[in-house]
Amino acid sequence: MFYREAGDFKTSYVADSQTFPIKFDRYRYYVVLAVAFGIIPFIINDYWANALLLPFLIYAIAAIGLNILVGYCGQVSLGTGGFMAVGAYACYKLMTAFPDVSMFIHVILAGGITAIVGVLFGLPSLRIKGFYLAVATLAAQFFLVWLFNRVPWFYNYSASGQINAPERDVFGIIITGPNAPAWATYLFCLIFLTVCAIIARNLTRGTTGRTWMAIRDMDIAAEIIGVNPLKAKLTAFAVSSFFVGVAGALFFAVYLGAVEVGEVFGIQKSFLVLFMVIIGGLGSIFGSFAGAAFLVLLPVVLKVVGVDVLGWPTDIVAHLQLVVVGALIIMFLILEPHGLAQLWRVAKEKLRLWPFPH
Amino acid sequence: MPEQLVFAMEVILNGLMAGVLYALVALGFVLIYKASGIFNYAQGVMALFAAMTLVGIMNGQVPFAHLINAIFGTHIHYFGWNVPALLAIILTMGVMVLLAWCVQRFVMRHLVGQEPIILFMATIGLAYFLEGVADLMWGSEIKTLDVGLPQGINLWIDETTFNIFDYGFFIDNLDIVATIIAALLVAALVAFSQYTKQGRAMRAVADDHQAALSVGISLNFIWVMVWSVAGFVALVAGIMWGTKSGVQFSLSLIALKALPVLMLGGFTSIPGAIVGGLIIGVGEKLFEFAIGPLVGGATENWFAYVLALIFLVFRPQGLFGEKIIERV
Repeated sequence: MFYREAGDFKTSYVADSQTFPIKFDRYRYYVVLAVAFGIIPFIINDYWANALLLPFLIYAIAAIGLNILVGYCGQVSLGTGGFMAVGAYACYKLMTAFPDVSMFIHVILAGGITAIVGVLFGLPSLRIKGFYLAVATLAAQFFLVWLFNRVPWFYNYSASGQINAPERDVFGIIITGPNAPAWATYLFCLIFLTVCAIIARNLTRGTTGRTWMAIRDMDIAAEIIGVNPLKAKLTAFAVSSFFVGVAGALFFAVYLGAVEVGEVFGIQKSFLVLFMVIIGGLGSIFGSFAGAAFLVLLPVVLKVVGVDVLGWPTDIVAHLQLVVVGALIIMFLILEPHGLAQLWRVAKEKLRLWPFPH
Repeated sequence: MPEQLVFAMEVILNGLMAGVLYALVALGFVLIYKASGIFNYAQGVMALFAAMTLVGIMNGQVPFAHLINAIFGTHIHYFGWNVPALLAIILTMGVMVLLAWCVQRFVMRHLVGQEPIILFMATIGLAYFLEGVADLMWGSEIKTLDVGLPQGINLWIDETTFNIFDYGFFIDNLDIVATIIAALLVAALVAFSQYTKQGRAMRAVADDHQAALSVGISLNFIWVMVWSVAGFVALVAGIMWGTKSGVQFSLSLIALKALPVLMLGGFTSIPGAIVGGLIIGVGEKLFEFAIGPLVGGATENWFAYVLALIFLVFRPQGLFGEKIIERV
């Protein structure tokens, strides 16, 4: 019924190699885009933007970035928080140094700077593998956070050691600062997410993505058949860090507005994004969306159920949340190691035949 | 003798003591890794859990009191008795064995044969789970732990060094006790794995699961045992760190401190954990002493990692680790 391939004839190579080869899927994608760009900005309010939509959009970018590194290239990183901090501080320095330049350029440049830092910390991946590498990326996490905490130049010598996003606009519309309207911040992040997702999707379908996956599946074998591990690993680190940096910049400038680096970009953030990737599905762009949506929604749902409906104290609900998240991670790893994305794939297969199997 | 040198000596001594405590945590990692190939990120949280359970039992707290009160609207908090330290430690050990069994039964058993990195991520999930359970059971406020270990400055060392250098070294009694206990623990563990039947079985499982199975070694039993031993090490580490700096969330972060120790010493080596711990302990204290003031201090947070990272680039298996051989 849904997802039918019958009657959907491809007559050109372009048609055959498009991102969504099934017609239904393609229309669904257009509908989602239309709703996201055309309807939500008109009905959005501050609560929805700040509690759900902005964190979802920004975490989705970060999750796509980490998924490229972990899911596609197989290099586990626990330094996401540190790299997000690089994006945030790069964006802050650019915003304060060049107030007249558009925010779009600042965020992209912040991503670029993070990419350079990411490549630097990715260099050891050429020598060390597996969880030795995972632990090595913790060096990036702790060193970067310490650096931003201790070197006053990064926070412009402000007394509190915090960084605060000044008011900046894009084409005359305020994007950052407390006066930014909800729909503008939402659209700003949405544009970045859409572009990032399209780039990521196409990169992973092409040569670059295939070399990443070859390295992930077995790096020695890949090297023997002619994949350059240096290039593959470092491009994965660069692209991944770029996305993570963009997410960090948006997280600071658009979503939070003020950041204390140890609290916001600590090791917990690295784990949170990693969990999104695991729960969503390793090696799947859709999975990054699903994982981000899931882990942004979960605390909100738990809070609504626990505090508002059952009337429990907030600290108990916070502890329960840890238990639930931990249990979910283990459950997903045991029952469905490929995450929500795999569930979605299975559902699609079922829907192809529904309601008349055979 | 120049003053700076004397200070540096005191720093080194303190670093050695801190290193022993790191090594204590690292030991728990090595044990589980050697026996099952699992890198147990939850080791730090296990130490926290053990310490909280110990305090809870000693003070006669009702487990899950907050949750029960929230659900049923009651106001129970304490049973109203105090358990002596030794008995409480034994009871806590029982809880840790139970925990080991649960981990084996509900988590690890279902993940046999998965890639190491998947197992690693499962233990991160386990860490979150345990932390939540510990907070729910005993409450998340900072607790003091006192099982009767000596604390405070060691006067004998203070006096002796004062007579020699005209400057008294500050060495905490607790650190000395910790060093002795760690040494005993290592000796006991080595003896256990070398000379007892179970220890041999454990090493056999580490060597080759299938071969061990085929000669009649029960994998389930060995794994429960290994996790119990790791729980015991976590308990000792929890008592030491808990007495030193209070039982609180930051206790679980000592796991993060133990990671570079492991990388330096090699994941598979018990002596490596000790030597790595000492190097990191001394290294970070000396670095903080010599370079720290120049760059704004608090270098202890990252020094160990960067040291281990640089070291690994040159020797990927660590100091004492088995050589990594990869085959296609």
